[in-house]
Amino acid sequence: MSDATANQSLTTADGIPLKAALARAEARARRRAFLLVLPLLAFILITFVTPIAQMLHQSVYNEGFTMHTDVITGERTPIMTNVKEWFDENPVGTEPDEEAYAALAEDIRKLREVRAAGSAGTRINYERSGTRSMFTKANRSITGLEPPYKEAFIELDEEWGAPDLWQVMRDASTPYTVNFYLAAIDLKKSPDGGFEGVPDNRKVYVNLFQRTLFLSVLITFLTFVLGYPIAHLLATLPLRQSNLLMILVLLPFWTSLLVRTTSWIVLLQSEGVLNDALVGAGLLGDENRLPMMYNQIGTVVAMTHILLPFMVLPLYSVMRPINPSYVRAARSLGATSWTAFWRIYFPQTIPGIGAGALLVFILSVGYYITPALVGGSSGQLISNLIAFHMQNSLNWSLAAALAALLLGGVLILYWLYDRLVGIDNLKLG
Amino acid sequence: MKLKSVLMATALAGVAFGAQAQEVTVMSWGGAYTKSQVEAYHKPFTAETGIKVNSVDADNPATPIKAQVEAGNVSVDVADVELSDAVRLCDEGLLELIDHSMLPPAPDGTPATEDFIEGALQDCAVASIVWSTVVSYNSDNVDGTPTSIADFFDTEKFPGKRGLRKSAKATLEMALMADGVPAEEVYDVLDTSEGVDRAFAVLDGIKDDIVWWEAGAQPPQLLADGEVVMSTAYNGRIFNAAVMEEQPLEILWDGQILDFDLFVVPRGAANMESAMEFISFATDTQRLADQAKWISYGPARKSSGELVGLYQDGETEMGPHMPTAEANLENALVNNFEFWVDMDAELNERFNSWLAN
Repeated sequence: MSDATANQSLTTADGIPLKAALARAEARARRRAFLLVLPLLAFILITFVTPIAQMLHQSVYNEGFTMHTDVITGERTPIMTNVKEWFDENPVGTEPDEEAYAALAEDIRKLREVRAAGSAGTRINYERSGTRSMFTKANRSITGLEPPYKEAFIELDEEWGAPDLWQVMRDASTPYTVNFYLAAIDLKKSPDGGFEGVPDNRKVYVNLFQRTLFLSVLITFLTFVLGYPIAHLLATLPLRQSNLLMILVLLPFWTSLLVRTTSWIVLLQSEGVLNDALVGAGLLGDENRLPMMYNQIGTVVAMTHILLPFMVLPLYSVMRPINPSYVRAARSLGATSWTAFWRIYFPQTIPGIGAGALLVFILSVGYYITPALVGGSSGQLISNLIAFHMQNSLNWSLAAALAALLLGGVLILYWLYDRLVGIDNLKLG
Repeated sequence: MKLKSVLMATALAGVAFGAQAQEVTVMSWGGAYTKSQVEAYHKPFTAETGIKVNSVDADNPATPIKAQVEAGNVSVDVADVELSDAVRLCDEGLLELIDHSMLPPAPDGTPATEDFIEGALQDCAVASIVWSTVVSYNSDNVDGTPTSIADFFDTEKFPGKRGLRKSAKATLEMALMADGVPAEEVYDVLDTSEGVDRAFAVLDGIKDDIVWWEAGAQPPQLLADGEVVMSTAYNGRIFNAAVMEEQPLEILWDGQILDFDLFVVPRGAANMESAMEFISFATDTQRLADQAKWISYGPARKSSGELVGLYQDGETEMGPHMPTAEANLENALVNNFEFWVDMDAELNERFNSWLAN
C-alpha cells in the first residue's frame, strides 16, 4: 500500500504530474523574467559588448593586405593572393625570385582593378615607412611593366629588392598579427624572428602608459586630500547648510566639461588671471610668469577639479550615516581627537574612499579632452595617442591595441583592489 | 501590378528628386575660411540653383571623410582637403573620380584643364585656393622686426613663446629652412635620417617655449592674447585678424609653405549630382576671384588673378597679400605632397615620440 502511493506521483486536478506542472510553471516564469530583461540585455550587447569585442578583434586582425572591401557595394575581393601563395610555398628567408615578382605584378594588376593599392600599401607602411608610395607608384606604372619582373620592379624602386620588405609582406599576408601589440609597447619583430625594442627616438607608448598611471594616481590622491575634509564638513553640518554647500559641489559637476576646462585656461595661462594678479601685486616679475598651462600642471589642476565630485559624493554618502556617538564614546574613554578620528572614524569611511578612489582613478586613466586642451606636450596621456591613431593616422588596429592594453591594465588594478580591499567594501552611495 | 510599379517608380523618383533638389553638405575648416566660402560660393550657388548648402566644419576634413566612407555612413557631399590628403584618399578609393571636362572654361575660352595652375586638378579633386603656412608675429609684443624664418626659432634674439601646429608637416620643413637649407633642397634633406635629426635638433632649441595649436582659428587668438609672440598660421586667418579685427599682427613671408586646398566628393555621397554641380560652380573664374574678397588666399585658376580686386572693406588691395604675390615668393617652399603621402606615418610617429619625451 505505502509502496504504491510512493510510486504513484502526485498529480494536479487535471491529471498532469505535479512535478511536470511545477517545472512548466517555473519555466514560464523564467521565460517571462528573461523577456523582461531582454531589451536591456540586447542594449548592453549591442552598445557595449559588441563594440568592445570588435575593437579587441581589430587589435589582432588587419586585412588591409589580404582583402579589399568596396565601400559602396560592400563586395569583398581577396587581394595579394598570388604573393601569398608564393609565401606558402617558400619558407621564411627565401630570396624572392622571378616567380615571386611575377606574382607581385599579377597582384598589383588586381589592386589597380579594384583601386586598393593605397590601402594595401598603407598596411605595409605601418610596419615599414616609406613603402606606401612604392605600391601606388607600381600601381600607376603596372600597365607598362614587362617581364623580367624582378629587374622591372627594382628599377621602379630599389626598395622592392629589400629582404625586410618581403618579410613584412609575408607577415601581413595573414590578417592575424600581434605586431600592433608589439608596436603598442615599443617593440618590433627582429629579422631573426625574435623581438627587439624600437629605436630610442621612436619610443613613446611605454613612457606614456607610465605617465598616465603616475598622473592618475596623483590626481586620485589630490582629489582624496581635497575631497575628504569637504565631505566630512558636508556630512556633519545640519542638513539645511549642508544642502546649500552640496549645491556648490554639484554646480561645477553640472557645468559643461569644456566650459570648466577653458575657464582653467583663462585662469592659468601665462597672460591669464592668476599670473596677471601675481605680477600686478609685485610678487612676480613680468618675465617670470609661472608656466601653469599647456603642461602637466595644467592637466593635473584641471582634472583634479573636474573629478573632485566623484570623490566627494561617495565619501559623503558613507560619512553621513556614521553615528557621531562612536567618536564621542571614544573621546569619553580618553582617546585624543586624533586617535578617535584615526581608530574610530576613519575606518568607517574606507568603503567611501575605495569607491571614490576607484572611480576617479579609472576615469582619469582614460581621460581625453582635458589633457588634449590643457596638456601641451608634457601633459598628454595615452588616451590622446589613442585618439591620434583613431582620428589622424587612422591606424585603428594600433589604437585598438593601445586601448586593449589600457583596458587590461585597469582590469588588473580592479582585481588587485578586490584582493586587497575587497569589492564588497565598495559603497557608491 | 503595372499600377503598382508605376506608383513605385514615381515614389522613388520623388525621393531621388527630393534628395538632390534639397541640399548639399560642404565640410570645410571653419572660421574666416568657411565664411569666405559661404559668401563667395554657397550663397550665390543657392541663389542660382535653389539648392541649399549646409556648411559643417572640422579641424581637418580629411579625417572625418575617411571615417565616414569606411563606416559606410557618409553625411558629407563635398569636402575641402589639402593636396596630400586628396591624393592619398583618392589612392585608397575613398573619393569619387571627378570629370574635369565638366568644369567651365575661362571667360576667354581657355579650357579648364589649361586654366588651372599645375597640380590643381587631380583625379579626384579640384583645387580652389592656394594658401600658405607662414610665420606671424604680434608687433606689439616683439622687440624689433623678425626678417627671416630663422628668427622664429631664435628665442634669444626674440624672446617669448612660439605657436606651432601640432603636426610634423610644415614644422619640419620650416625648421630646416631656418637652419639654412634652401627651399629647393628641403625635401631632399628631409628624406634622409640625418636631415630629420637636423630638423628635430632645431626644434629641440625651442621645445620648452612652444604652445601647440590644432585648429586654424587658434593662432590669431594666441597671438592677440599675447600668449605667444610668434606663431605659424594660415596666412588668410592672420590677414583677416589684422584687417578686420585690427590686431597688430604681421606676416613674415620668408620660408612660407604653399599648398592647395581642393574640393573632393567622398564615395557614396548622398547628393552626388548636386555635389558635382557645386564644385563646377564654385571653381569657375569669377567665384574663385570673389573668394579673395573675403580672405587672402590665391585663386587656383590663372584667369581669376586679374579679377581679384579689393577686400570686403572696399579699400585694401588684395594683390600684395596673396601668398603667390611676386614679393612674397622669394624664399617659398611648395609642399611636396608625394613626400608627405609616403612619410606622414613615419615622421608623425617620430614627432609624437619627440613630443612625449
